[in-house]
Amino acid sequence: MHIMEGFLPTPWWQAWFAVSIPVILYGIYKMNRLVNEKREILPLLAVAGAFIFVLSSLKLPSVTGSCSHPTGTGIAAIIFGPAISAVLGTIVLIYQSLFLAHGGLTTLGANVFSMGIMGPLVAYLVYKAGMKAKLNFYAVVFLASAFGDWATYLTTSVELALAFPAGGMLTFGSFLSSFGKFAAVFAITQLPLAIMEGAVSALLFKYVVHVKSNILVEMKVIEDSVVRKLRGISA
Amino acid sequence: MSRKLELIVLAILLIFAIQFFYMSSTTDAEYGGADGEAEGVINEITDGTYKPVAEPIWKPPSGEIESLLFGLQAAIGAGIIGYFFGYYRAKKNYENKLVCKGKSKSEGDESSL
Repeated sequence: MHIMEGFLPTPWWQAWFAVSIPVILYGIYKMNRLVNEKREILPLLAVAGAFIFVLSSLKLPSVTGSCSHPTGTGIAAIIFGPAISAVLGTIVLIYQSLFLAHGGLTTLGANVFSMGIMGPLVAYLVYKAGMKAKLNFYAVVFLASAFGDWATYLTTSVELALAFPAGGMLTFGSFLSSFGKFAAVFAITQLPLAIMEGAVSALLFKYVVHVKSNILVEMKVIEDSVVRKLRGISA
Repeated sequence: MSRKLELIVLAILLIFAIQFFYMSSTTDAEYGGADGEAEGVINEITDGTYKPVAEPIWKPPSGEIESLLFGLQAAIGAGIIGYFFGYYRAKKNYENKLVCKGKSKSEGDESSL
């Protein structure tokens, strides 16, 4: 989903910075407040960030014969919400743009918007909706992470299609035509990868619930009754 | 602890692994990055007239160095995850043991009275 350095013309890369920076600032504010209130949350924050580190470094082969990587932002989005996930995602994206020439500093705003904001936001909403519908907890984590992953890549396709509409003029038709082309590259490749990401995220969540469920209950991520049910099954 | 979820995840990963081995041995897919393919689409839409507005400050000089840095990224992440899960696990273990000890001791006291 990385838009490469320089591959967004002016004014698009500035526009995405304008959208992303307020969210990152709000995320930093929220993160500071959370850490000051509950110091014991720090390890979990580190684990959520580390999960993004691991998953976004794994470029996996897909059915389309090309490689792409999962985002790993689902866990952070579910536990900490989209704003803090945006901060964690930004750290990873800066690492990759500086040391790997993957993504870039000018396109950082757009990449943060897709991987750090839209993906986590969708994951968060899917999670909340799924928990309200009282579906199986791990199934909800799976769906949230998988849809968050897809949303990230669709957002990247939107960003590229806006900047590169077919024929050079931005109209609805030319936008859709370009969007189709970018989505064809990203979405199909990402389909199986999102399923894998969802599965691995659900597994990690199982272990978090197992060793540290009280903190999740305290943060109102899951209800006590759900934890007891999960433990009852997995005990 | 039931291992149902682990088995499901393992099954999903195996399906993809088998699919990959099958695909890579029967087709000549290149397995290049999707990010790079998007660059191709941009060139196609703009007829190759698009010039990037910026260049990366530093590029890994070879594919090997790039793999090294990707591996490093994964290792940092995996290390942090492993450290804290180990920490939580041990903490929970010892807390449980302390609770058990406290209980058996107080019970012992009661019976001695």
